[in-house]
Amino acid sequence: MQPNSPPNPIRRQLLTSITSLLGFVGVIFAAIPFLSAFRPSARAEAAGAPVKVNIGKLSQGELMTVEWRGMPVFVYKVSNEAQNVLSSDKNKLADPNSAQEQQPQYAKNDTRSRKEGIAVLKGVCTHLGCAPKFYPEATSQDFDPNWQGGFFCPCHGSKFDLAGRVYANVPAPTNLEVPPHYFESDSMLVIGSDGAS
Amino acid sequence: MATDTRTKRLLNWVDFRFPLTEVFERHLSKYPAPTNLNIWYLFGFLLIVVLAMQIVTGLWLMMNYTNSAEEAFSSVEYIMRDVEYGWLIRYMHAAGASAFFALIYLHMFRGMMYGSYQKPRELIWLGGWFTYLILMAEGFTGYVLPWGQMSFWAAQVIISLFSSIPVVGEDLATWIRGDYLVSGITLSRLFAFHVVLLPILLIAIVFFHILALHEIGSNNPDGIDVKKHLDEDGVPLDTKPFFPYDISHDIFALGVFLIIFCSVVFFFPTGGGYIIEYVNYEPANPLSTPAHIVPSWYYTPFYAMLRAVDFPLFGLTAKFLGFATMMAAVAIFAVLPWLDRSPVKSIKYKGILSKTFLGIFVVSFFALCYLGMVPPTETKTLMSKIFTIGYFSYFLLMPIYTRIEKCKPVPERVAQV
Repeated sequence: MQPNSPPNPIRRQLLTSITSLLGFVGVIFAAIPFLSAFRPSARAEAAGAPVKVNIGKLSQGELMTVEWRGMPVFVYKVSNEAQNVLSSDKNKLADPNSAQEQQPQYAKNDTRSRKEGIAVLKGVCTHLGCAPKFYPEATSQDFDPNWQGGFFCPCHGSKFDLAGRVYANVPAPTNLEVPPHYFESDSMLVIGSDGAS
Repeated sequence: MATDTRTKRLLNWVDFRFPLTEVFERHLSKYPAPTNLNIWYLFGFLLIVVLAMQIVTGLWLMMNYTNSAEEAFSSVEYIMRDVEYGWLIRYMHAAGASAFFALIYLHMFRGMMYGSYQKPRELIWLGGWFTYLILMAEGFTGYVLPWGQMSFWAAQVIISLFSSIPVVGEDLATWIRGDYLVSGITLSRLFAFHVVLLPILLIAIVFFHILALHEIGSNNPDGIDVKKHLDEDGVPLDTKPFFPYDISHDIFALGVFLIIFCSVVFFFPTGGGYIIEYVNYEPANPLSTPAHIVPSWYYTPFYAMLRAVDFPLFGLTAKFLGFATMMAAVAIFAVLPWLDRSPVKSIKYKGILSKTFLGIFVVSFFALCYLGMVPPTETKTLMSKIFTIGYFSYFLLMPIYTRIEKCKPVPERVAQV
């Protein structure tokens, strides 16, 4: 026997809709654990603890790379010549005054540093995350005949000056990020925390 | 004679319970293939063979591979040096990936040339397009597994692409990585995708692709609808059964393919750095990017487009626009059936405009493929921009040029040789 149309089609339709809707809600709830399992685990979060670096032996113009949260952090002691370059030649930069929130408040200054003369920058290109290379000398380079010294990203040719400020018309949209950091003493730098003060 | 009837009886027993003979005849032995199929119609068969080879070699590699950041690199070296024939299995798998892409590009080009995407084959085309997408994901995830320098930085760059999406980008990229930077956590999830999720999808979609094809029937170089003229059994007159006619072409092509493939595997296993990049023989170092990073050759056309877009527009960053352009270049294949307004299928009978634009597309594709491999300079970025426009003009202008051009008449029947 063929089933006839239900005696009350609107009621049947409503029940079908409600059941489907509830089923759909159930699927969404069931998806939550699977989607959440993709987020950084507690262990990955914990790996973000601050690291201490002794910068006492860092000489002028020298750069050291420190690992924090699995990524490179550049610590650079700015030389006097470089200091002069930093304050001139701002018109080539996309964001010379660090208007974008790429640094803690205390590093929002001309040298983008908490302590004058020590640049602390995340070595992660703001384009697609490669580690930029350090070319400190103001000499002609393959990628820029008028190079003033700074960082060059080998992946897609983004250029940053020695304070990590991005040049205009390169793929990277923003300055290199300044991670939270403070100085425990003159020679002891802590990366990953703003410090108590 | 006795065995004959016994086999027959067994077959009858099975056929009563499962459509074995029917399926075999419908999809293999009696599948009607147009008589005018040419060399371009061999790649589908070869792709199936390569898929099977990738599954077998992949399974064997998995038996000795370790998917942790600490051990991945050394486990691949272990496969290469200590596992018996491990080197061969790995080289087959690596060269197999390149072969897969070479063949799928030829197969796709065949479809574009002869209008195989046109009505009523839109779903076949979409299925194939989806296979291509999955294959790209397979290629990427597989590339990360050896955890060399290129693996690491390719993963870093590709996943960072998602961070360019406005508002949710950064969180999305972290969610995909499962960490703040690519790490062992990322490696193991990409491994899970590479060996379970994506292969299952790939096989399922290839199955769909072939089922859809066998429902409609193969197109042919003339774009003639062979189903218009049937014999008394309802079989198209201009076709011949797949067995033994077509399969013999395919087997011969397989022989030629294997000669080329084995020459690569045995004598040029790294393909001059195009199959396995030399920098990938250095273990991953999250603190230092190699001086010159290049994706595998089969992604470079899209990579060149990513780099070509270096200007912000409409308040969107250059970074996002580059990503969007690259995605659009892959996605646009999906709408091809609806862009083509031509009354004829094959390029043979289309007008001069279709031929010109297909030519522009091919030139642009190869040029971008090259430009994506070399370090960017100002001139090369400009060239990338021009060829990106060339690439997209084939698709975006298609609704116009296929409508205004004059086509040649398509013959009723396939020419008898």
